[in-house]
Amino acid sequence: MSARSGSRRSRKVTLNTLGVLVAVVTLFPIFWMVSTAFKPATEIYSLTPQPLPLHPTWANFQNVLNGSVIGMPYWTFLRNSLFVTLSAVVVSSAIALLAAVAVARFRFRFRSTYLIMLLIVQMVPQQALVIALYLDFRKVNLLDSLIGLSLLYITFSLPVTVWMLRNFVAAVPRELEQAAAIDGAGPFQVFWKVLLPLVAPGLVTTSVFAFIFAWNEFIFALTFLGTDESKYTLPVYVTYFFGRGTTDWGAIMAASVLFTLPVMIFFLIVQRRLRTGLIAGAVKG
Amino acid sequence: MLSSAKQAGPASTPALVGPNGRWFHLPPSVRRLRRRASQRRLVPYMLLLPSAVAIGLMLVWPSIQLAIYSFQNYGLPQITGAEPTQYVGFSNFRQILTDPEFLSSARISVLFAVVAVPTTLAVGTLVGLLLNRLGRKMAAFVSTVALIAWAMPAVSASVMFVWLFQPDGGIVDWLLTKLPSWLDGGARWSGFSWTNAPLPAYTVIALLVVWQGFPFIAVSVLAGLKTMPGELLEAARVDGAGPWRGFWKVTFPILKPIFLVLLLLSVIWDVGIFTQAYIVTGELGNRDEYNLGIYVYDKAFSMPPAYGVASALAMVLTLVLLVVTAAYVRGMVRQGALS
Repeated sequence: MSARSGSRRSRKVTLNTLGVLVAVVTLFPIFWMVSTAFKPATEIYSLTPQPLPLHPTWANFQNVLNGSVIGMPYWTFLRNSLFVTLSAVVVSSAIALLAAVAVARFRFRFRSTYLIMLLIVQMVPQQALVIALYLDFRKVNLLDSLIGLSLLYITFSLPVTVWMLRNFVAAVPRELEQAAAIDGAGPFQVFWKVLLPLVAPGLVTTSVFAFIFAWNEFIFALTFLGTDESKYTLPVYVTYFFGRGTTDWGAIMAASVLFTLPVMIFFLIVQRRLRTGLIAGAVKG
Repeated sequence: MLSSAKQAGPASTPALVGPNGRWFHLPPSVRRLRRRASQRRLVPYMLLLPSAVAIGLMLVWPSIQLAIYSFQNYGLPQITGAEPTQYVGFSNFRQILTDPEFLSSARISVLFAVVAVPTTLAVGTLVGLLLNRLGRKMAAFVSTVALIAWAMPAVSASVMFVWLFQPDGGIVDWLLTKLPSWLDGGARWSGFSWTNAPLPAYTVIALLVVWQGFPFIAVSVLAGLKTMPGELLEAARVDGAGPWRGFWKVTFPILKPIFLVLLLLSVIWDVGIFTQAYIVTGELGNRDEYNLGIYVYDKAFSMPPAYGVASALAMVLTLVLLVVTAAYVRGMVRQGALS
């Protein structure tokens, strides 16, 4: 073996080692969370922490699921979270697709105004918006309401989803639509039969963004669901757990795992597509 | 879409224009077409209507209200209707500027951004450069793993980091006690509390922000690197430039627009960072650990609520970030993002 190919191989080994190192360091906190969730209390508070549970147990998960730690079972909050998240994903995708078609396929007067507005409104800090929106929602009796919260999530995911979807719509060749139209398809048929199937991958990508946003959102859920515990979504539930005097770290970690798991599964299913979509949203693709 | 090609048949009928330049005697088919054309002009507005209404009601209007509230004495008596709402000029703003809590939280916010933003960008860029040199499978594996951290809910990530840094049972304190004393390890770390004072608490938050933020940077930088012609760096290497000079003289200038956007986004995210700071510093009440995000929230939602003062503060925060946003929007327009 020549010296040159030897140094190339050793460089490759170094690079791969670095790659594995990045992966390990990134995964470690998550690994520790999952491992703690399976540990009995004696091992959690042990003076010499063990990487893996010596006596793995489901007890922490059972306590969270049946609500014996803070008197409220996990399922209620899962249902609440699923309601706000899924309604946000479905409604905002539909509304955003209409807007994306408008800005990608038409030239009209307020087009750039609309696009610049999208860029600006997504930069208004949520800690600022939460004040005015809280007072508005209070006036129209939408506090402590999951419908009110999902209205917010629909709106907040719009700027990013419209911005990303319009690239996907623009990427569909116009000729396909024209061909269908010449063959006698009306505007709605063109939409359903040609455009929709072709932008479906784009819709999946933007749905993931809307899903992750709504599932993870904390500050509005915390503020708007303040007094009615049965309406809490999962992020508020996890901090409730964490805040109210309990230092049952096994249960807290189990609750976190149960909260994180759905979004992780969803993310891993679509991550390949997401990696390109992520950039389409941030930097023009 | 919504192509009008179908109606193209009779459109060739010549327009009938009288000697005085006015239309006369349009056959029914042409009249229908003209009506369709004017309907077609309305189509984009109809399509935009739902999103524009939602954004107008729940993003634009609240921002305007915020500006109004910031000049009013909006508080508990006003919200219950016990006292009328009055305009108070700049008094809310004056009240903030003389509040020592504001100054301390602003200091924490600025120092935090000064440390967290460059660190996140540096780590993200290094990982992006690494991903670019890795084989296809390895790069896919590492970026997937990294994006798991990105997709993780801020609440879970914060709770998880608080547990890592717990005085009793947390692994970080345990590891630090095991470190040799020349690395500043030792028994003094046993039971060290990370969340009771601003400096250690924001160290934890910075680590958390870097951990969650670097994947987005890395993947964006990687996407930029993929568009770069490989010959450029090759040429620089032939000319004797090392990796450091190669990066600053070739890669960085080409990827500058991407770095600018990433920098601005990171500043916007980090200055008023709420969820992570709220959880790590132990919810509301630890006033010496407030950053601007928590300070605003506390003003508005701790008893007694001072919506006017909080709005004034939120306005200041928004305006500062708006300056950053203006730079961001300009960058996006320059890149041709509106086309």
